Amino acid sequence: MISFERVTKRYEEGHDALREVSVDIARDELVFLTGHSGAGKSTLLRLIMLMDRPTRGKVIVDGQDLAKVSSRGIPRHRRNIGVVFQNHKLLFDRTVFDNVALPLIIAGYDHREVARRTRAALDKVGLLSRERALPITLSGGEQQRVGIARAVVARPRILLADEPTGNLDPALSAEIMQLFEAFNQVGVTVLIASHDLALISRMQHRILTLRDGRLLGAAS
Amino acid sequence: MRAKASGAAQRREGASTSRARFLDRYRSWRDHHSLSAADSLRRVLDNLGSSLLTWLVIGIAMALPTALSVALDNAREVSGSWDSPAQISLFLLKSTGAEAAQALQAELQERGDVAEAVLVDKVAALEEFAELSGFTDVVASLDENPLPHLLLVSPATGVEPSVLQAELLALQPVEQAVVDMAWVQRLNNLMDLSRRLVLGLAGVLVLGVVLILGNTIRLAIENRRDEIIIVKLVGGSNAFVRRPFLYTGLWYGVGGGFIAALLVLAALFFLEQPVSNLASLYQSNFQLSGIGLIGSLQLVLLGGALGLIGAWLAVSRHLGAIEPR
Ligand SMILES: Nc1ncnc2c1ncn2[C@@H]1O[C@H](COP(=O)(O)OP(=O)(O)OP(=O)(O)O)[C@@H](O)[C@H]1O
Ligand SMILES: [Mg+2]
Repeated sequence: MISFERVTKRYEEGHDALREVSVDIARDELVFLTGHSGAGKSTLLRLIMLMDRPTRGKVIVDGQDLAKVSSRGIPRHRRNIGVVFQNHKLLFDRTVFDNVALPLIIAGYDHREVARRTRAALDKVGLLSRERALPITLSGGEQQRVGIARAVVARPRILLADEPTGNLDPALSAEIMQLFEAFNQVGVTVLIASHDLALISRMQHRILTLRDGRLLGAAS
Repeated sequence: MRAKASGAAQRREGASTSRARFLDRYRSWRDHHSLSAADSLRRVLDNLGSSLLTWLVIGIAMALPTALSVALDNAREVSGSWDSPAQISLFLLKSTGAEAAQALQAELQERGDVAEAVLVDKVAALEEFAELSGFTDVVASLDENPLPHLLLVSPATGVEPSVLQAELLALQPVEQAVVDMAWVQRLNNLMDLSRRLVLGLAGVLVLGVVLILGNTIRLAIENRRDEIIIVKLVGGSNAFVRRPFLYTGLWYGVGGGFIAALLVLAALFFLEQPVSNLASLYQSNFQLSGIGLIGSLQLVLLGGALGLIGAWLAVSRHLGAIEPR
């Protein structure tokens, strides 16, 4: 579903954030991505959703070579990918409901379907009662869950999450991870960047480790 | 046989679902348009103070050339009503006597191409001048009357004044034939010049309106930078991101056009009474004509169009530069 072939990403300053990374992630997989701060986890996720292009190498997503996706094709590509951002990226002047509904409105669902799916997604992350609230009135963990609801609401084929449990207590973290597992079980490819080694090593999934932009041996 | 039928049914179902999907897409596209329009309008109204200022600036810039062109139209109407009674003044030779002058007048009066010929007798004219000017003594001290007999000839309708002028000049006792049209022509030239000036001014102001709107939209884009990035991150197309800003431009433009129409209307209302008073002094029943309902609507539409153009320019210049990093 996602494959990297000897991908190198060099930022303008000459710093290599990724070096010769090769990896294959199958359609039915849930994979964790870990490594020290600055190891290149976010950079790898950014390449998948075309926030950046690799300096060298090839990224293939769902059979599509991303080098062949023109800037006009980027929105369509991103609609197939749900993303939980490290810094939430919520619209602070819109309600929780409107934030979560955004991908559905972009994808062009009619408003009854939008309401139904948005409430279902909010229910899954336990925030249905806060649908009218503004994100600023929510705790960090609640904001994170709004971001998760938004990432999954349009039922994407791929789910990327950058530190999705960074602000959550252990119990809630485990619950959210179970939620990701549930998505994975219905056929969504899931890739989660996380520092929380204790949590992710308890779960039986492949773990990719980055160190200074290089991929260490993949363990399962 | 059965397989074939079910295949056809499946195809039909396929066609109808794809049509349904197309309808859904159309409906959601339309929904997003009305959503964007309403949302943009709400934002414009939420910042009523600054929006009102923008509307006023645009309204004034659009009202100015409109008002000038209305004034010109009215002036042309007035001058048009002056156009026809061109008059030819025939100054007769000094040696011409009163009887000869009267004979010429009678002769002219008979002509088909002359509507009217009025004799201004030189003795009567001098007396009148002395009386009106108060120079009675001066006039009395003159040895001889310096004025010639004057015939004021009005051409019949349809007769070209300059042709008649040439014919009359050839008559024996006529020394000079002057068409009192030069000033009408001068006025026409002046009006032509004014029209061009107004057009030029309108062009400059229209450009100004587009730039003002473009700048306003640029600020709106700048204010919503984070939002644009987020929408792009979750797969919003350029058209989707662009839409609310185009509507914002439309609302500013339409509001500006509306204000412009109001300003022109107010100015006309303000001038109507004095103008008709003035006209009645000249025994004219001249009435100021305004821009009417159609003209007002056109102003509003033009404002909307300018708003869209300004927004489009701003959006195509600035939206592309905002990419998620
Ligand atoms: N836009 C950028 N321009 C230049 N350098 C960048 C940019 N983004 C990231 N980097 C650099 O690339 C390296 C990898 O960054 P990245 O964000 O991928 O790390 P990370 O593994 O996600 O770290 P963290 O766990 O702290 O989020 C870092 O050294 C960072 O300084
Ligand atoms: Mg990171």
